[in-house]
Amino acid sequence: MASHADHPAHLQHHFVSSEQQFDSAKMGMWLFLITEILLFSGMFVAYTVYRVWYPEMFAGMAELLDWRLGGLNTLVLLASSFTVALGIHYAQVDNKKGLVTNLILTFVFACIFLVVKYFEYSAKIEHGIVLGDGFAPHGVSHGVDYASFDVPMAQQFFSIYYVMTGIHGFHVLVGMGLFAWITVRAIKGEFSSAYYTPVELCGLYWHLVDIIWIFLFPLLYLI
Amino acid sequence: MSVNYLNHDKSIKSWLLSLDHKRIGIMYLVAVALSFLGGGILAILVRTELLAPGQTIMSADAYNQSFTLHAVLMIFAFIIPAVPAVMGNFVLPIQLGAKDVAFPRLNLASFYIYLAGAAIVLSALAVGRIDGGWTFYAPYSMTIGDSILFITAGVFVMGFSSILTGLNFIVTIHKMRAPGLTWNRLPLFIWSIYATSIVQVLATPVIGITMVLLFLERLLGIGIFDPALGGDPVLFQHFFWFYSHPAVYIMILPAFGIISDLMGTFSRQQVSGYKFVALSSVAIAFLGFLVWGHHMFVSGQSAVSSVVFSLITYLIGIPTGVKVINWVQTMHRGSVWLQTPMLYALMFLFTFSIGGFTGVMLGVLAVDVHLHDTYFVVAHFHYVMMGGNVIAALGGLHYWWPKMTGKMFNETLGRIGAALVFIGFNTTFFPQFIMGTQGMPRRYYDYLEQFTNLHVLSTIGSYILAVGLFLIAGYLLHSLFRGRKAPANPWGGLTLEWTHTTTPPHPHNFEETPIVTRGPYDYHLAPELFQKGEGDGFGSEVVSVTPSSTHSD
Ligand code: HEM
Ligand SMILES: [Cu+2]
Repeated sequence: MASHADHPAHLQHHFVSSEQQFDSAKMGMWLFLITEILLFSGMFVAYTVYRVWYPEMFAGMAELLDWRLGGLNTLVLLASSFTVALGIHYAQVDNKKGLVTNLILTFVFACIFLVVKYFEYSAKIEHGIVLGDGFAPHGVSHGVDYASFDVPMAQQFFSIYYVMTGIHGFHVLVGMGLFAWITVRAIKGEFSSAYYTPVELCGLYWHLVDIIWIFLFPLLYLI
Repeated sequence: MSVNYLNHDKSIKSWLLSLDHKRIGIMYLVAVALSFLGGGILAILVRTELLAPGQTIMSADAYNQSFTLHAVLMIFAFIIPAVPAVMGNFVLPIQLGAKDVAFPRLNLASFYIYLAGAAIVLSALAVGRIDGGWTFYAPYSMTIGDSILFITAGVFVMGFSSILTGLNFIVTIHKMRAPGLTWNRLPLFIWSIYATSIVQVLATPVIGITMVLLFLERLLGIGIFDPALGGDPVLFQHFFWFYSHPAVYIMILPAFGIISDLMGTFSRQQVSGYKFVALSSVAIAFLGFLVWGHHMFVSGQSAVSSVVFSLITYLIGIPTGVKVINWVQTMHRGSVWLQTPMLYALMFLFTFSIGGFTGVMLGVLAVDVHLHDTYFVVAHFHYVMMGGNVIAALGGLHYWWPKMTGKMFNETLGRIGAALVFIGFNTTFFPQFIMGTQGMPRRYYDYLEQFTNLHVLSTIGSYILAVGLFLIAGYLLHSLFRGRKAPANPWGGLTLEWTHTTTPPHPHNFEETPIVTRGPYDYHLAPELFQKGEGDGFGSEVVSVTPSSTHSD
């Protein structure tokens, strides 16, 4: 048996080669992403069912959501997907500075996304658009009369809105945690062209979070 | 004694934090056995209550709580993890010729996630009364106490454990096979765990989101499922069964795998139609996603969907039948060595066939409308879950016990235990088919006078079953202390866990990575194992070749 000195530090002992380890990790991540897609597809099914049952109500409610803020967030996430891809590229070419910068940028974009989301949520909550019994839209702001949204079944729309964007937002939060963690590791110089699996996997995860938002945005805000 | 995974480090900590798939498998074994014990005690209480009409030993409320907890424990804490997490963990990497699963840390994490989930479920008991069965149908689940929050949260958490185990196994099977171990040479146990893992990964997220929605519905009143809030209870049923029908394949596919391995080993014969048996597992896994509506024939779903669901349900019978026929043919062509594990395989053929056949009956739309929610359904699913999964799992446990523990159990007691299980099981559940056709509804505390005899028979059966199971637990545990030392290959198996590693296995499974040169049941290519040298016609004369035990790291 080969002695430990021959192994690169990152190679776990039950793998034969770095390549096998990397392939396994990547496949595992893809499978995990599939489970994420299925998790969200449950919610998309609920969305579709209620949309088919109450088309007018859904179309009307979408007007309450501010497409400008949604659009801004879409751009922010797209930019973050770009920076994370760039980060992986810099890891592959052993450019530590580029990697760290892009990871930090990604983290910042994720922050911006959540801040925007926070303003969206709080504007609604202020006007009585909440989950459950307290649901009572009221007040006017920015020329929108919230009371006009107090129609039968309106609550279903907002339930779906909050649940879907809430669970998506939770994923963004998790993503921030991941980026914080790999940024620290990147600063410590743990990644190089020979080993950057965590960066790549976090990138994959982040693309998924992004893609899900690409679906949520038009379905909830636009149509 | 040479170094093995049990004795290389005996501290408690080395167990609790072990990344070794074998130790994790053993920890799962202890945990699921305790769940089975808990669920089993509740079952005995439920059956005892049904000894006579009216109140016998407990109140109606206690009865509802008992059968609910029985089902939740048995389904989510016992049967779903049982075979994959115990035997899958222990056996799969060794059969693949790998040192471990692809993600050992994830493997340990999924064990603790499972424990956490089970603990959350049990904490429901402290919060209030539990009710509603394991199906949590809305709107009833909206009206019962807060305990439902804990049960749904616990099921959600356990789901993660199941997903992570499945994911780990899929990657392990794809990436960690030993040189020469092509897909065509995979033991059938691996194939079925592979199919199971696919279902775990694809179906479990859906129960996850269902539990989240149910939880939020209860906590915040989001109005997706509860008609009082404008929600749709049938939607809940669709969500629930989209997972829970495939989940029945999480329960049965690994059992198929065990049975295939037992058939090959104890018939000293290649498993007939190897490719059909292997691929039918995958076919069942995929078809299983298309039939959930057969649980909802009377829910008010559209008549067209009912007919379609009914037709697709028949289709599942085909790959299932393919397996049964191939197993029978394997025995027919081979020479059967009737040891305790094989007794369970034979038992399985009998009980599972009844379970599967009555399943097809229930899939017949017109028949199901009459039998739905009767004891016929109860009998059907016990014939597949207990008669299928549990009996196969017992077979597997006896088969791999020597490998896991290094000890042989007492063969005579093994046979007696198997007989008691067989008699007890059929006495318990066969009468339930009859009661069901006569209209005895399920989940009822009380019943009409006319059902008394059959209920008494069923209860007596459950006692026999319990005695059998305790006997098995007794002699297995006894063997740990007093059992004869097991040879490396007591059954003459040809898969790597028998031929290439010591008993109990080395901490890293193999001294050096095995190179696979034959199929898993190619007895005609394995002259070294037998005195006579060919595949057919062997009794128990196995020449056990002990793999070298000197360790050279
Ligand atoms: C040949 C394959 C099978 C077919 C065609 C089949 C068909 C069915 C049908 C149509 C029902 C619904 C009956 C009703 O509620 O009115 C049913 C119920 C059930 N089956 Fe199967 N089944 C099969 C195999 C299995 C297996 C392998 C398992 C588990 C290991 C299983 C577990 C269950 C359970 C738990 C229920 C009852 C669910 C409930 O309502 O609580 N079945 N089956
Ligand atoms: Cu089903």
